[in-house]
Amino acid sequence: MSTVKRIIGVVWQAIRRWFDPSDLNSVGSTPDYRFSLANERTFLAWLRTGLALIAGGLAAAQFLPPLPLRHLREAIAVALLLLGATVAVRAVDHWSRTERAIRLGERLPASRFPAVLALIVAVGALLLVVAVLARGVSG
Amino acid sequence: MTGVPAGGDGTRDPGLQPERTRLAWRRMGLAYTVVTVLAVRLALTGDTAGALLAGVTVATWWATLVVGWGRATGRRQARIDTHAVPLMALGTTGLALLCVALVLRGVW
Repeated sequence: MSTVKRIIGVVWQAIRRWFDPSDLNSVGSTPDYRFSLANERTFLAWLRTGLALIAGGLAAAQFLPPLPLRHLREAIAVALLLLGATVAVRAVDHWSRTERAIRLGERLPASRFPAVLALIVAVGALLLVVAVLARGVSG
Repeated sequence: MTGVPAGGDGTRDPGLQPERTRLAWRRMGLAYTVVTVLAVRLALTGDTAGALLAGVTVATWWATLVVGWGRATGRRQARIDTHAVPLMALGTTGLALLCVALVLRGVW
């Protein structure tokens, strides 16, 4: 129970930090504007990654033929869409933590997320290769 | 084209940081447009609910372009309004969840 409470507290703190720009504008010292622009571009690049995943999910839902497993097409689409949503949320979280670190002169936040995302995409691609090969062999 | 650098002090950044940021915003707008077209295509099923969902999708797209316009054209201050970033991200998340609803709507 206390674990759930703690997680909710952490999430709430993060959301408050995203939407409290006065805080983000007052901690530490204002950095060279180029650092902020670089952070902004990184955020946009992640947002585009999320949008690409969303586009992939929408394309899967509309352009894949019906698959042998019932609702497999929709499951693939929903998985891609949720992955895109996760990437977008994580993008703003990382942006605000990086901005804060730049202002305070701290080390930039480390993250396992890129590695995890790469693994998920790689596993998905391998599963697709297997599916295509299996279909080719069985006729 | 006024050529005012985002630094605002009359000097041009040799790393072209403001220009790169403007182009990044334009790429984001293009990606958002592609997603919107696909989402509207999925939403329009010929009934009222479909038309409403398509309208919400288009409204989200429009709001995104409005927020990003100042950054894409370089007419605003050097530093982004810190409100805009979470709004963009949550708009994208909301769009993704709306699309999940659209896909599930097709199943039932």
